[in-house]
Amino acid sequence: MSEVRKFKLTCIICPLGCNIEVIMEGDRIVRVTGCTCPRGEEYAVQEVMAPKRVVMSVVKVKGGMFPTVSVKTDKPVPKELIPEIMKELASVEVEAPVHIGQVIIENILGTGANIVATRPA
Amino acid sequence: MQNEYDVVVIGGGPAGLAAAIKSKELGLNVLLIENREFLGGIPIQCVHPGFGLHYFREDLTGTEFIHRILKKFLDMGIEYHTNAHVTEIIPHSYRHKILKVVTDKGILKLMAKAVIYATGARERHMFEIGITGHRVAGIYTAGEAQTMMDIYGIMPGKEIVIVGSGDVGLIMARRFTLEGAHVKAVIELMPYPGGLTRNIVQCLEDFGIPLYLSHAVTRVEGKKRVEKVIITKVDENLRPVPGTEEELECDTVVLAAGLVPYLKVIEKAGVIIDPATKGPVVNSYLETSVPGIFVAGNALVINDLVDYVVEQGEEAAMGAYEFVRNGGLPALRWRKLVKGRNVRLLVPHYVSDTKDVMIYARVKKPEENVKVRFPEIGKEIRLPFVKPSEMIRIKLRKTDIAKAGDKITMEVVPNE
Amino acid sequence: MKVVIVGAGVVGSSIARVLSQYEGLEIHLLEKNADAGMGVSKANTAIIHPGHEDDPDKYPLRAKLCVKGNRLWYQWTKELSIPAKWPGELMVAVEEEDMKVAEHYLELAQRNGVPGVRLVDHDELLQLEPNVNPNAAGALWAPTAGLMSSPMAAPALVENAVENGVRFHPETEVTGIKIEKGEVKGVETNRGFIEADLIINAAGLYADKISAMAGIDYFTIHPRKGEYYVFDDDAEPKVTRIVHQTPTPITKGVYVITEMNNGLMIGPTAQDLPEEAKEDTSTTKEGLEFVWEWAQKLVRELPPRNRVIRTFAGLRPEPPDGRWIIDAYDDPWGFINAAGIRSPGLTSAPAIAHYIVEELIQGKLDIKLTRKSHWNPYRRVFWFKTLPEEKQEELIKQNPAYGRVICMCRTITEGDILDIIGRMKKMGIRTISLDGIKMRSGVMSGTCQGSYCRIRLANIIARETGIPLWKVTQKGEGTEYGIGDIKVLLREEVKENAE
Ligand SMILES: Cc1cc2nc3c(=O)[nH]c(=O)nc-3n(C[C@H](O)[C@H](O)[C@H](O)COP(=O)(O)OP(=O)(O)OC[C@H]3O[C@@H](n4cnc5c(N)ncnc54)[C@H](O)[C@@H]3O)c2cc1C
Ligand SMILES: Cc1cc2nc3c(=O)[nH]c(=O)nc-3n(C[C@H](O)[C@H](O)[C@H](O)COP(=O)(O)OP(=O)(O)OC[C@H]3O[C@@H](n4cnc5c(N)ncnc54)[C@H](O)[C@@H]3O)c2cc1C
Ligand code: SF4
Repeated sequence: MSEVRKFKLTCIICPLGCNIEVIMEGDRIVRVTGCTCPRGEEYAVQEVMAPKRVVMSVVKVKGGMFPTVSVKTDKPVPKELIPEIMKELASVEVEAPVHIGQVIIENILGTGANIVATRPA
Repeated sequence: MQNEYDVVVIGGGPAGLAAAIKSKELGLNVLLIENREFLGGIPIQCVHPGFGLHYFREDLTGTEFIHRILKKFLDMGIEYHTNAHVTEIIPHSYRHKILKVVTDKGILKLMAKAVIYATGARERHMFEIGITGHRVAGIYTAGEAQTMMDIYGIMPGKEIVIVGSGDVGLIMARRFTLEGAHVKAVIELMPYPGGLTRNIVQCLEDFGIPLYLSHAVTRVEGKKRVEKVIITKVDENLRPVPGTEEELECDTVVLAAGLVPYLKVIEKAGVIIDPATKGPVVNSYLETSVPGIFVAGNALVINDLVDYVVEQGEEAAMGAYEFVRNGGLPALRWRKLVKGRNVRLLVPHYVSDTKDVMIYARVKKPEENVKVRFPEIGKEIRLPFVKPSEMIRIKLRKTDIAKAGDKITMEVVPNE
Repeated sequence: MKVVIVGAGVVGSSIARVLSQYEGLEIHLLEKNADAGMGVSKANTAIIHPGHEDDPDKYPLRAKLCVKGNRLWYQWTKELSIPAKWPGELMVAVEEEDMKVAEHYLELAQRNGVPGVRLVDHDELLQLEPNVNPNAAGALWAPTAGLMSSPMAAPALVENAVENGVRFHPETEVTGIKIEKGEVKGVETNRGFIEADLIINAAGLYADKISAMAGIDYFTIHPRKGEYYVFDDDAEPKVTRIVHQTPTPITKGVYVITEMNNGLMIGPTAQDLPEEAKEDTSTTKEGLEFVWEWAQKLVRELPPRNRVIRTFAGLRPEPPDGRWIIDAYDDPWGFINAAGIRSPGLTSAPAIAHYIVEELIQGKLDIKLTRKSHWNPYRRVFWFKTLPEEKQEELIKQNPAYGRVICMCRTITEGDILDIIGRMKKMGIRTISLDGIKMRSGVMSGTCQGSYCRIRLANIIARETGIPLWKVTQKGEGTEYGIGDIKVLLREEVKENAE
């Protein structure tokens, strides 16, 4: 028999902020309680199995209006990769002009997500 | 240079840009004045998402959000000045105001029929929140730290203590952590966090940043730069509890302790201020007590969502349009909006039954399962919860307003 | 003849200015901080006292030099463009029996020769100051009292002194004094040895240390803290006069004034600190509460507490018995003390300078000095905001920087700031700091306390001095605005992991 684990989390999908409990046996989710709607359940499962986040930061830019241009991942990436991604961004420097939406780094760390500019420079 | 305008908009943040766009769409002759060297206001320095969910039905970063609006503004060819500062607004006649504007191209003397004041808010600093101790390097307001990092690309510090757990404080905690700093704690005076649950989870819990509720930073110590802060527990009345002092070593203090509308120029023009919002008293056209001076965005009331700010900008533009077209707003019977149970602030202050009105309110304390009631007009709305940090936005229909006598009370009551 | 002055506070700077009127002197003004006037002279009540508070028997120098200093500042503030005003001072007798105390000070006024001082009754008091405590019995009225912008004083004095040939050495700390055969030879500093025939010690809180370096170590200076509140410039009600209370054995009382930026200011406390606490300018909850309590008794009403925009504290350099130590010595010959200059030191600084130059250097030490035929008493400064509109327009045409308002609270333009930076460079300042500009202009001291304008100011400094933005300092080394570029910590991590 595999180990039973309980996860308590707060749903962030809507402002209601339901307190959700997810019960797992081994790698299997056996029960999700506390959510008021299916979107919450979906979130809880995702959060427990493979949490993902959009990462946002700035990278240095040469010759722009400001010395930085703001960037983000164009889709959520696995949470545990955030520090690695930030380290990648630390060494990047781009040249102006940069347009909004421009890809700065393609498929960062093989996540399938691109780093894109969120401000022109 | 032309110096007569239907509307002069002061402030090039989301409220001002939206007001200028709407004014132009309504056919008014409009000029926008911005003090900084670039347009965009606060969102231009917000690299995080959470903008535009209502207005564009998309989750955008502040930078993306404002660039959509800016693009529209620039595409419409609206006249504007950056590096320009309004030093005086003098009500000239009922229908005209004279503005003195200092710009790097010279001094402008403008005649405007209507003025839309959208200068945003300033941040509360250490002296306003009663922090004592040494006045050393390493103390920043959140907005200043954000400008340093995300516009000018410099790092304020390494070991960070953040004062205030509103969304601004939480977002800055994550921002610092991502760039490699160590956020030691977020300190919150109230017994509950100030920001959205989503931000508590994604900005603090994701990184294991401790949140101290019912605590205050009471003192900063250091010789040249911050070396530590003293934090103290506070009781139910928010007064420090002696003997609960604790030291936190850090080199940086970031103050995210709230915003205050910044209104020097229109206060001198005679605008009356509401002590609760610290913004002007306005009617449902967002006109202040000085006819023809309208106000929107954080200069009106501190908003947590940029979407509402834009909405207010547009509303003020429609008010200005009425004013310009008719040489003043119509003579109306105004109903006063009155704060009832658990309502801390409420705008606008006066409404009339000429149009539907969006009202914005904040509660005094969090409550679950409540009703928002307007007894005079028999309107009730159920809400699963209310929090001081989340603005309540409700539309009052003109037909409802027409039912009231000279006042309409808003109250938040338990839902039995 | 070579003269070294240690310390560019208001005292040392005044001495430099007076000495610069004489020929044949090589004058070096040494200051350990990045700028002049960053010590005691920056944080005080800024009153130009009339001179009726010191008993001439107990404190002869204080009594004499204060009255003279009051008169001199009237002229000096104009010559140097230091903002000043002359609202007069009311020593309020809150209770009927306090009138006796007031009478005592009237007597001192007569003995010290302070013009215009007289007692006023309850009714006249209220006419002179509508916001005074309406139950007060009366007051002693001293019409010659003034207020100045004290942070601007030392920088203005030094600028003018440099204009007249004085060499200013900021970031230069005196670490020793060389004496040979009973005569001073020069000072050791972190930047090397500087020769001197005369050494004048005006080192404020550290004057005991400098004096000891010359072997005169019979006294110590201990700090006495004074804390203040400042309100926003539109917070009402204010006061028209300088208002304080008849002194009691416990306290000399708290002042209520409307300072030069037009905000109400209340304070100070008087708390004795141990000798080692010479850098402890921290505010305290207790101190500030004391100020509030006492100020409340003085006036009808204070503005609401949420209109406070700043709290601060200063340290008075207290000599052992309250007496200023101003003297020239035979052993070592050439050493002069201007030590323990506690209140009213700001007021008296010009008179102290004249006293040292005329009575000690020329008198006691019998050194003959001749006045220069040409000496420029003026330092002309203008502020964009105070000019008539045509002038403003003209300035912007010449230099568009005058059209860029950097400080919205006090309407200070980039042009004003560039002018200040130019002056700072000219007077020999190595580190153009944020506080240096603040002292000279009032930027960052308004409603926003820098939350709007500090970044803009820092950007200007970085551009004008060619340093990275993060290296701009608040007030010299160790007070940098940032710690590096935005990626500095991440790069460090990458490096650490690689190692
Ligand atoms: C750190 C932080 C995070 C935020 N996160 C979110 C979020 O996730 N989602 C969201 O919806 N909202 C967020 N907000 C809120 C949102 O940014 C504000 O509500 C919005 O920017 C207010 O717009 P505004 O136009 O009223 O003021 P501002 O954006 O402040 O713009 C005011 C403009 O007026 C100019 N100005 C001021 N005085 C003068 C003058 N005298 N003359 C000329 N110009 C002047 C200023 O330079 C500025 O450009 C956040 C705010 C902050 C500070
Ligand atoms: C709370 C308070 C209120 C006051 N109110 C008034 C008032 O209203 N009216 C009034 O007339 N007076 C007032 N005073 C008194 C007045 O401020 C002082 O008397 C005056 O500023 C002293 O000036 P100073 O030049 O001696 O000292 P400082 O300004 O401290 O100058 C000494 C300088 O020497 C430098 N220094 C020290 N050691 C060295 C070294 N080793 N090498 C090189 N440089 C060194 C320091 O850095 C400093 O800049 C007040 C004082 C305080 C604290
Ligand atoms: S579970 Fe549904 S209702 Fe509850 S917070 Fe999540 S999204 Fe909202």
